[in-house]
Amino acid sequence: MEHFLLGDLTWSALPHQWFTVGATATIVAGLAVLAGLLTYLKKWKWLWKEWLTSTDPKKIGIMYIVMASVMLFRGGLDAAMIWLQQAMSAGNAPGFLGAAHGYLDANHFQQIFTAHGDIMVFFVTMGFFFGLINLIVPLQIGARDLAFPFMNSLGFWLYVAGAVFINMFFVIGGQFAGSGWLSLPPLSELQYSPGTGIDYWVWSLQISGLGSLLGGINFVATILKMRAKGMTLMKMPLFTWTSLCSMVLVIASFPVLTITTLLLWADRFFGMHFFTTTAGGNPMLYVNLIWMWGHPEVYILVIPAFGIFSEVVSTFSGKRIFGYVSMVMAAIGITLLSFLVWLHHFFTMGAGADVDAFFGIMTGVIAIPTAVQIFNWIATMYRGRIRFTTPMMYFLGFAGIFTMGGMAGVLLSIPGADFELHNSLFLVAHFHTMIVSAALFGIFAGITYWFPKVTGFTLNERIGRRAFWLWVVGYFVSFIPLYILGFLGATRRLDHYAASTGWQPLFITAGVGVLIIAAGALTQVWQVIVSIRERDEHRDTTGDPWGGHSLEWSTPSPVPYYSFAVAPEVDSRDAFWEMKKRGWKPGPAAPGTYKDIVMAKNTGMAIYLSGFVFLGAFGLVWHIIWLAVAGIGGAIACFIIQSFDEDTEYILPAAEVERLDRMAWERNK
Amino acid sequence: MTVGVFDPQGPIAGQERDLIVLAIGLMLLIAIPMLILLYTFAWRYRAGNKKSADAYQPDHVGSFGRQLLWWCIPATLIAVLAVINWKTTHALDPFAPIPSSTPPLTVEVVALQWKWLFIYPQQGIATVNWLEFPARTPVHFLLTADAPMSSFWIPQLGSQIYAMSAMQTQLYLEASSTGEFVGKDTEINGAGYAGMTFTADAVSESDFNAWVAGVKASSSAPALTMGAYNALAAPSAYVPPAFYSSADPNLYDYVLMKYMVPSSSPVMTGMKM
Repeated sequence: MEHFLLGDLTWSALPHQWFTVGATATIVAGLAVLAGLLTYLKKWKWLWKEWLTSTDPKKIGIMYIVMASVMLFRGGLDAAMIWLQQAMSAGNAPGFLGAAHGYLDANHFQQIFTAHGDIMVFFVTMGFFFGLINLIVPLQIGARDLAFPFMNSLGFWLYVAGAVFINMFFVIGGQFAGSGWLSLPPLSELQYSPGTGIDYWVWSLQISGLGSLLGGINFVATILKMRAKGMTLMKMPLFTWTSLCSMVLVIASFPVLTITTLLLWADRFFGMHFFTTTAGGNPMLYVNLIWMWGHPEVYILVIPAFGIFSEVVSTFSGKRIFGYVSMVMAAIGITLLSFLVWLHHFFTMGAGADVDAFFGIMTGVIAIPTAVQIFNWIATMYRGRIRFTTPMMYFLGFAGIFTMGGMAGVLLSIPGADFELHNSLFLVAHFHTMIVSAALFGIFAGITYWFPKVTGFTLNERIGRRAFWLWVVGYFVSFIPLYILGFLGATRRLDHYAASTGWQPLFITAGVGVLIIAAGALTQVWQVIVSIRERDEHRDTTGDPWGGHSLEWSTPSPVPYYSFAVAPEVDSRDAFWEMKKRGWKPGPAAPGTYKDIVMAKNTGMAIYLSGFVFLGAFGLVWHIIWLAVAGIGGAIACFIIQSFDEDTEYILPAAEVERLDRMAWERNK
Repeated sequence: MTVGVFDPQGPIAGQERDLIVLAIGLMLLIAIPMLILLYTFAWRYRAGNKKSADAYQPDHVGSFGRQLLWWCIPATLIAVLAVINWKTTHALDPFAPIPSSTPPLTVEVVALQWKWLFIYPQQGIATVNWLEFPARTPVHFLLTADAPMSSFWIPQLGSQIYAMSAMQTQLYLEASSTGEFVGKDTEINGAGYAGMTFTADAVSESDFNAWVAGVKASSSAPALTMGAYNALAAPSAYVPPAFYSSADPNLYDYVLMKYMVPSSSPVMTGMKM
């Protein structure tokens, strides 16, 4: 009976180690402060009605970015803990907090780098990009909403549920997966990883992966079907193009992740043998499958950034993008090629020279469209009038660092070189170079660039540039030592190494780099605080603070919830650039052009549904069958109820749109 | 302190070092001019630079010819690299023997939690975390695992390769001079991962023979029977080198076959549900 009610849960699952107690206390205290603040300010209803239940892509976008920022803090803390351990655990130096070396025992250290990787990929980078795409892509194509507003809300809340779920082990269980961010079997099988850590890993990825897939379908449908009149595919802004490519990759690859991790879970839960070493199971299948998702995934993380940089370079060079068609072809090329290279993640598995060489060469081929993009950015700057704003600075930092990381990547794509560099810190340095320079710098550039569109004021440039320099210097100080360490034969994921290796000074240097990066991140927080305080000095009164090229800049800032008072029409690339040439002036539309607007109603159903999914997953992790059935059943019930709800839209009358539009532009005078 | 990959002590590592240097050099041929151009343009065409103010051409979007050039420059480099890639991948195939007049020494490698077991079938001895072998003689490694997937790597000698249960991989390495090199696991395989290092000691032919004879005769080196193996295979970390004066000749095959046995295998216990 007790097992029926509680499954594998026992008292020992409650927090008792220093890190679970600490994290649980932090989470509880944080939520208590938040709840207190909301109660004191009487903002509960506002939060629920204006934000949590919203189906407005702009609000969902902002919520994505807030959540991703919180998770960036969480993942960054992991990074700092990893580096601290590595800086102090050389040789026979005494351990602290009960650890033999450093201050973390091996199991705990392995859980931290696993969580670091998963959080940074699934909940930081993807969260930021889904946020930015929600905010900007509909505006760039002249759409007021996504194709499926409820599905967008659901995708977001599944992402939140996944993000909460990946932290649940702090509160109940005390153990996360320690098998690396992809949890390769047989290590991740029950035989070698008993306990609930891997199950938490599987289900947080299942939940958030489902959210990503829904988001991907929604964005692709939106971009293909809801573009402004006249905006053919080849007239779309490049950020929209790269978002489309990235979301096509999401649709094509995420089902692979879902199925692969589900099969791993079936091994663990039902005692099946998909990837076990025994009874006909084959772990190599998992390695292939997970990278068939995993390699497209890394392009999901960087392709949208290419689009952001294209917008930034052309805007701040005061020029149209050079080689638009080539840029589109490059993005599509990278998208297709990303499915043909997965085996380069395990040349050392012994697939044979022909297979290794094929995948190595295909990987090298990806460098071609990537280089073409850089050439076109250079040519866009040529004969331009370049303003060194913060987004442009991020581009310039990205271009140099990314080129270096790209070279490291091409080097790793040559099997003969990979045999000496695989799983070394050189590899770690390579992919951090790509993710920091492309994804993170792209995100920072994008947030700074579009910030006024969303909030109505620009960010403080002086502090922004300072944060940029801290990030760049911090990047070099932390990752150049890793490249060197890789050449010295240092492998990744070491919680301890012999003093005779002589690696410690380099690890300490890398740790100093982390401190500089942390200073950069804190400077960004400071930048936002200062900018909010000085918002009246930095008001964007025209809706077009940078001299932008695409439709989002034709709306007043902050962009109203109906986005476009009058649906825009387009007849060329750089639509807004052309409109301005033809004498467009900021201000309300001509009287009589307004029409009724159909808007999506808010709904809390996505929250309930995600809550049920969360409970169901929790039941599956702990073998509480009734809870799993109730959770999944509840989610299906929510889905059915929502499907029969016909009352999901309302009409914003033309007269009201006109009034609001005049007000929006008036306020900025 | 050694300089690892850049201090090769064998033909495989030497070729791989040269390949790394060559590839980096070729890529720099494009990367350096590209970056110089990038930052020069960024500075030269900055807003407010009076010298370039007249050059401003906002609608300058390029031509087909220019784009063709853009695609051809990196494509040429990648084509060259592809040829190098194909050739070196075949030349450095871990399974391919190293051409040598000396017949190779065979060593069977078993990755355990968390140590390396080396079985010398020709000599009939075994070691843990200590790999003694003659320099200037190719060593033919046959690898499997009685542990989660592990990766066998001696940076100064070259290529690494995975060791996996129920499967066998192969690797040929050779040391061109005597010396002690660090060997390690590069694939996360559980709590003892960081301590799964070993010493690869390349010695002269005669020293190797003397060492083998010494291990065989040593009273402190027990026999590696099935029972001793099962005790050894239990998880343990930071294991100091150990030597076995004899090894069960079927041991390696036993480990390899252990996971191929259908459902009655001992590793199947501990299943839930």
